[in-house]
Amino acid sequence: MAAPRAQPPVSEQTPHPSGDNRFKLLEATMKKHQYRPDALIEVLHRAQELFGYLSTDLLLYIAHSLHLPPSRVYGVATFYHFFSLAPKGEHSCVVCLGTACYVRGAAAILAAAEQTLGVRAGHTTPDGRLSLETARCLGACGIAPTVVFDGTVTGHQTPEQVQVWLERLREKDL
Amino acid sequence: MDISELLAIAEHENALRRPIGIRCCTALGCQSAGALSLKQRLEEAVAEVDRTDIEVIGVGCMGLCGHGPLVQVDPHGVLYEHVRAADAPSIVAALDGGEATAPQGDPQHPFFTLQKRIVLENSGMIDPERIESYIAAGGYQALYHVLHDMTPAEVIDVVTRSGLRGRGGAGYPTGLKWATVAKSHGDRKYVVCNADEGDPGAFMDRSIIESDPHKVLEGMAIAAYAVGADQGYVYVRAEYPLAIQRLQRAIAQARRLGLLGAQIFDAGFTFRVDIRVGAGAFVCGEETALMASIEGRRGQPRPRPPYPAESGLWGRPTLINNVETFANIPPIIRNGAEWFAAIGAETSKGTKVFALTGKIRHTGLIEVPMGVTLRQIVEDMGGGVPEGRVKAVQTGGPSGGCIPAALLDTPVDYESLQRVGSIMGSGGMVVMDDATNMVDVAHFYMEFCKDESCGKCIPCRAGTAQMLHMLDLIRSGQATAADLAQLEQLCLMVKETSLCGLGQSAPNPVLSTMKYFREEYEALVRGERSEVRGQR
Amino acid sequence: MAARTFTINDQLISAREGETILQAAREHGISIPTLCHLDGVSSVGACRLCLVEIEGSRVLRPACVTPVVEEMIVRTDTERLREYRRMIIELLFAERNHVCAVCVANGHCELQDLAIAVGMDHVRFDYAFPRCDVDISHPLFGIDHNRCVLCTRCVRVCDEVEGVHTWDVAGRGADARVITDMRQPWGEARSCTSCGKCVLACPTGAIFRRGATVGEMERDRHKIAYIVAAREQRW
Ligand SMILES: Cc1cc2nc3c(=O)[nH]c(=O)nc-3n(C[C@H](O)[C@H](O)[C@H](O)COP(=O)(O)O)c2cc1C
Ligand code: SF4
Ligand code: SF4
Ligand code: SF4
Ligand code: FES
Ligand code: FES
Ligand code: FES
Repeated sequence: MAAPRAQPPVSEQTPHPSGDNRFKLLEATMKKHQYRPDALIEVLHRAQELFGYLSTDLLLYIAHSLHLPPSRVYGVATFYHFFSLAPKGEHSCVVCLGTACYVRGAAAILAAAEQTLGVRAGHTTPDGRLSLETARCLGACGIAPTVVFDGTVTGHQTPEQVQVWLERLREKDL
Repeated sequence: MDISELLAIAEHENALRRPIGIRCCTALGCQSAGALSLKQRLEEAVAEVDRTDIEVIGVGCMGLCGHGPLVQVDPHGVLYEHVRAADAPSIVAALDGGEATAPQGDPQHPFFTLQKRIVLENSGMIDPERIESYIAAGGYQALYHVLHDMTPAEVIDVVTRSGLRGRGGAGYPTGLKWATVAKSHGDRKYVVCNADEGDPGAFMDRSIIESDPHKVLEGMAIAAYAVGADQGYVYVRAEYPLAIQRLQRAIAQARRLGLLGAQIFDAGFTFRVDIRVGAGAFVCGEETALMASIEGRRGQPRPRPPYPAESGLWGRPTLINNVETFANIPPIIRNGAEWFAAIGAETSKGTKVFALTGKIRHTGLIEVPMGVTLRQIVEDMGGGVPEGRVKAVQTGGPSGGCIPAALLDTPVDYESLQRVGSIMGSGGMVVMDDATNMVDVAHFYMEFCKDESCGKCIPCRAGTAQMLHMLDLIRSGQATAADLAQLEQLCLMVKETSLCGLGQSAPNPVLSTMKYFREEYEALVRGERSEVRGQR
Repeated sequence: MAARTFTINDQLISAREGETILQAAREHGISIPTLCHLDGVSSVGACRLCLVEIEGSRVLRPACVTPVVEEMIVRTDTERLREYRRMIIELLFAERNHVCAVCVANGHCELQDLAIAVGMDHVRFDYAFPRCDVDISHPLFGIDHNRCVLCTRCVRVCDEVEGVHTWDVAGRGADARVITDMRQPWGEARSCTSCGKCVLACPTGAIFRRGATVGEMERDRHKIAYIVAAREQRW
């Protein structure tokens, strides 16, 4: 693929990289991959790990560093559902909707969570406390239905158990 | 590293073994149920009684994940289920005639005795975080043997004669694929292990990597030698952090011992392995999409030919096999093609690992010889449905079909499953009971396929959306008999015209449920939300 | 270059080695419907309109990327293919909002031509009526996503011929959209050189020249191939 002719000068649009340690860490990852364009997904993983989400400025910075057209970086970042272009809540609750969990009643769990929180799956509560998300199988089907609370996979869940956890969160217990 | 060093490591490791071993599963299922704190408590309890003849070992999946955390005590094989950390002292005390407070499982249950473990031979037995544990179980000897005593052509010949077929879904003969890559010309060749495991309801590959990562690496190294590759990639989905972590550790350990890297076993053979982590796209399990993803692009499939074997990663010949396929290789080399070919069914040799889930008593992971019947798996091993009766068994995930209870005597082999309108798939097996509405099931899978369609080709992108819409109409009682006919036509069109396997197989769940459970569709069209209870 | 003889619809045809079925067919005046294919840029085999039957092959093959093989027997116009092509076109019409009467490309649209060619008299599927944007921030051109069929011809021509890669596809499945740079308004996409090649490449009225009124968007799509050919001669 041809390199883009006109790249937006990065300094105009991105926060100045120096001073923010996270940029140094991201830079180190890109360097490890020798700024190869085919390391884009590795770099996006690292960026999301460091910054929590992928802002437009961050994507531009990456595009510039890897010598990739901005639209290509944006296209890749939006193709994969693991990447988020918007900030996430402080806490997360991921309800698995894979087959094994579905057959064991995951839909009722999600409905209960949506009701308790008053937000739909894929959204964050207005106070930014929690993001409610869904997954298509976590590979823990043996203990279905599964829910991930702040990164911890828990099995054999019921709508009531999930509600209790969310209530505790609401009472700032977590 | 040479063979004597390898054997010395094995010997040393075996000498460390204590007479009594408490094996505690630390794979994902049991970890989620508290296995890590349990293991710690077990270690403390052993220290408290001050017994040096007992050791606690963290092991991979024992199979009965739904009853975890699981603990098994050697040499007698006593099995404990649903073990809480508080049970730990009593399990240790039971060794002295005390009574354990955790419920005991039955290791003689058909769930265990009907299994034949080749791929899972070490799962639940060895410590997946220590390469020495794998070496003590005979690990990396097959690689040594191959590098020193066999030509690449001989390796391919053994794999071909074993009759091994790809475990990723399509069942392509593995030896044939290897031979094609070996014949292809390129300045470099690659070996890729497909660990994307996107089928929602399947976890065989995750479990294999979490329980015995070196086996997969050894299989890949043997393949690399056979086809002439020097670089490997394992493409793992991001949803599997524990598997990624264990694989990273395994690669580092193997490199340290010189079992990966340059000059392996001083045989002039170089092979490096890197991990590539997916990012949440089912279609990346498709081989051309997977390669696009490794190259840092949108995971969109491309037309084949050219096949990856001729033109794969960066245009070079590339061998892509599934995790389980690679895990079969070391045992085949160790025991010979004839041994493997004697196991299983006529056209489907060896064993298959299944993730048995859904409405079934014993959920978990099993490995059975090809050719056993679905009934044996579901009723004998799985213990049947907890309440009610089996209505259908789904195999092959979103690409597969629903097999009705009346056909439970179908043997599991590639051809038989295809004949009844499903596929072997990668090994997901979801049991549904009579409370399940099959139109809802079809809708569930179609929604999945629509969400996961990459959008490149029109039949799949627009067709899945349209099929989903039609299923919505049917479910809400707004469809007519003519709509049913049209849905069927659309299914056939999408199946025959889509670019990749995702679109080509997306209609399968609809077609198979229409074939076996048509009355449920018709009831909805007549305006009856049939007698079965719906899911939502 | 070695010659290949094969049959299309019972007609014996000779082709050059490496030629695709589509190229050989066109040279002999046999038309095969296409949408994502554009002379001068790489082929992606995505629209599936050019699928043909090949004797002895279980699956249908896209003519635009399938090379001719000696003695192969190809059928381009069977009942099954006609039905499938019609369904594909109907799916496209139902997927977005193609209101031809008020489209700048009315009369010069490949999608319209295809609909006529496959004999689409009505659409059997329910329309999805998605909400799609129209972007007229660029001083010369505009893009109306209601009319985009996601053929990616704009993406390829901008990348492969103009060499700037302003366009790409964002999202996936039914939510996929062509975008310029960081999905910003086209007028703010700095990489765009305003060369107009994507306007030539677009098969529908999705990308248009501003100021053109209904039915005015005539364009010479062969120009892309000329440009590529001319450049190759110069080099
Ligand atoms: C949509 C789609 C998803 C797939 N997902 C997987 C997967 O998760 N794991 C896998 O091994 N193969 C998957 N495959 C099959 C691969 O394309 C490929 O055939 C396989 O990895 C080859 O390995 P094998 O010969 O060892 O089976 C998928 C295919 C399709 C069409
Ligand atoms: S069949 Fe679906 S997933 Fe496959 S290329 Fe077409 S749109 Fe993409
Ligand atoms: S006008 Fe030219 S440079 Fe701009 S987007 Fe179109 S093809 Fe690309
Ligand atoms: S804008 Fe036009 S050329 Fe680009 S993808 Fe859409 S229809 Fe094709
Ligand atoms: S289906 Fe939920 S973990 Fe697999
Ligand atoms: S995860 Fe522990 S038995 Fe499977
Ligand atoms: S023209 Fe061949 S697939 Fe579109």
